[in-house]
Amino acid sequence: MPLTLMEGNEAIARGAVAAGCRFFAGYPITPATTILNHMLAMLPPLGGVCIQGEDEIASIGLCLGASMAGMKVLTATSGPGISLYSEQISFAIGSEIPIVIVDIQRLGPSTGSATRGADGDVNFLRWGSSGGLPVIVLAPADVADCYRLTVHAFNLAEQYRCPVFVASNKEIAMTRETVELEHLDAPPLIERTPAAIRPHLPFQTAAGERVPGFLPIGGQTLVRQTSSTHGPDGYITTDAAEITRMLDRMKQKVEGAVARFSFVEHVPAEGADTLILAYGVTARAAGAAARMLASQGRPVALLVLKTLWPVPEAAIRRAAGDVKRVVVVEMNLGQYVHEIERVLPGRVVSFCGQMDGKLIAPETIAEAVTHG
Amino acid sequence: MDSLLNAARPPVFCPGCSHERITHTLDKAFRQMGLTGERICMVSDIGCSGLFDTFFHTHALHGLHGRALTYAAGLKLARPELTVVVTMGDGGQGIGGAHLLAACRRNLDLTLLVLNNFNFGMTGGQYSATTPPGAAVGSGFLNQLERPLDVCEVAKAAGAPYGVRCSAYRNDLPDVIQRAIEFKGFSVVDIWGICPGRFSKRNRLTPKAIEESLDRLTPADGPVAANQRREFGEHYRELAAAQRVVPPPLAVTPRFAPVSAARQEVLLLGSAGQRILTAGELLCLAGLHAGLKATQKNDYDITVLRGPSISEMILSPEEIDYAGIDRPSVLVALGPEGVARRKKAFESLDEQSIVLQAAGVDVPACRARLHRVDLKAQGIKSTDWALASLGVLAKLGQVIRPEMLKAAIEARLKGEALASALKLVGGVEPGEWV
Repeated sequence: MPLTLMEGNEAIARGAVAAGCRFFAGYPITPATTILNHMLAMLPPLGGVCIQGEDEIASIGLCLGASMAGMKVLTATSGPGISLYSEQISFAIGSEIPIVIVDIQRLGPSTGSATRGADGDVNFLRWGSSGGLPVIVLAPADVADCYRLTVHAFNLAEQYRCPVFVASNKEIAMTRETVELEHLDAPPLIERTPAAIRPHLPFQTAAGERVPGFLPIGGQTLVRQTSSTHGPDGYITTDAAEITRMLDRMKQKVEGAVARFSFVEHVPAEGADTLILAYGVTARAAGAAARMLASQGRPVALLVLKTLWPVPEAAIRRAAGDVKRVVVVEMNLGQYVHEIERVLPGRVVSFCGQMDGKLIAPETIAEAVTHG
Repeated sequence: MDSLLNAARPPVFCPGCSHERITHTLDKAFRQMGLTGERICMVSDIGCSGLFDTFFHTHALHGLHGRALTYAAGLKLARPELTVVVTMGDGGQGIGGAHLLAACRRNLDLTLLVLNNFNFGMTGGQYSATTPPGAAVGSGFLNQLERPLDVCEVAKAAGAPYGVRCSAYRNDLPDVIQRAIEFKGFSVVDIWGICPGRFSKRNRLTPKAIEESLDRLTPADGPVAANQRREFGEHYRELAAAQRVVPPPLAVTPRFAPVSAARQEVLLLGSAGQRILTAGELLCLAGLHAGLKATQKNDYDITVLRGPSISEMILSPEEIDYAGIDRPSVLVALGPEGVARRKKAFESLDEQSIVLQAAGVDVPACRARLHRVDLKAQGIKSTDWALASLGVLAKLGQVIRPEMLKAAIEARLKGEALASALKLVGGVEPGEWV
């Protein structure tokens, strides 16, 4: 079986191109820059467009314009760039513009440490936009995930007409590792559904559907797009009932569909009274910790979340089964643990976190399980 | 040609607002050009200028304050055949200043109409980037402290190939706008007008006064000779088409037996410029040739020509979960900065570990077996020490073997670099155990 050595960022770029992405705009920022580099090498010869924006706000704005023209678009940044994206992210949410946004998380707060990893943005990605509507966030644990989850991210963005985040981490993005390219099980591609109803109203949904069909700006049918609160016709509205219908639909189209994209890996263990729950690069140390504990005669179950938002609640409850205790491991000071406390009331939920620029070691996790 | 005005949504500006005049003028320009709605996209942002997209039967994109040029650029790059007209206010020139400069420098075929009425009409007449210091506005005395921006002068300095500064009351405004739209490249039309709802309530401003003010400035009335050049999109597509397609990633088919069945952790500690990262990649590729899984994590300062350069590699027959290195089996000391940064790693070494020390690089006392090689004495340049150290490891049968390293070098390098790398690793004297 041929082996390839690849860093996570290259896998994201290659996954994006495989998913049909032909437009990228980004602004250099460690540790996301190599995605820009790879897209710049790959897209132009394919007839695509890769632009270095004058800043992050422009980079995502360019993407939103190109997406409305019908292209599959990608941008990539790190925490400081997500802050600058924020207002445009709200636009993409409220105006249902498909876009994949990669956040290569680095140690914050603020400019923090450019070359140190963390998972400090996971709640920021969910809640860092005005209006508070849901978004989809996927979290790769390794380089192979970077490729396949990026393809999934494009599918979800197209299917649900919303921003989809790939929440990676410097420790995956800039770490090279072995992948077997032939074994990357990426899903078949999904394209956005063309609007079929005439006359065309840009935000009208077909009966029983929660996602409006899409027509591109620049096609034969006139298309309106607006960041203002709008009705199905894309014009500003102050009608409370209409506003409620639109916002409920946008909430439901994402949250109501999470069962269809709840990517998790559950490793049960017979006789386990404890479940380790982790995501991102930390999931790998959590797996090592579970194996270490098993070899010491202490079986522990493991749940790795690759869909972080919306919270895959059913999958979490299923995996939790009847364990008494859940140890949530995060490369931050405690963020997603609060979701687990919410989803699993009555269980003992412990937190094992670290945010010092270093990977959490398996021994640290095993210690938290044993004595935490 | 029919009007492109939206009969269902007539303009809703305050009576006497020059924006309404410009709305009809723009429609007239579209009609003169024979453009139909599906060939145009109106892009607008926030403020009264942001109402423009709703008045026309064209494609429309209305977005965030000051960001209209960003969406317009994405649309135009994706659909070069589309006529993209951007309306922004004078407020947008402040908040979106970076995008104005970028649009001028880029020269994508967009037309920017600045609906300049010298204040933020929608939020209460606050001062904007173009408010004169003597005006009475909704920002108290603040506008007295700042100098107003001349949009055309700034655009010209930033490389805009086309700029017009004019009054909204100019009789030939439809022709002015038409020429700007027809210009192949980025065109700016700074249209001075009156905001009766806010600005002219407290300031005497008439069409005649606007004309007089304009007359006092160096005229901007079309192409800027010094800034003429190729349109960005066309040029982009030409350069893009000449780029080579990226080959698929290097795939290695294993063909050697690994040195060890155990997980091997290797730390290369050096200094910037020693090509530590390339050597780390070659070590991993050597492992891949023996069917091993590999990870490579690098650590270096942002100043790439100074400071430590560190590469951490794991080679293992098993899937590698945790990619951190706590107890390296082999530690290669090639530069003082790298050694200093990872002083602690030496403490964790035991008798099973090996330290490969380049002569001249001090290492802390530790329990590992020490192997020393004098690379300098062999005439090897510091930039080649990392690669040479792989040659030493291969000759010692530590982690890799010579045939694995040779295969890795052949897979990764080409031409001159390949020949010299093979010569280096083949010829390096391995030194001695201390």
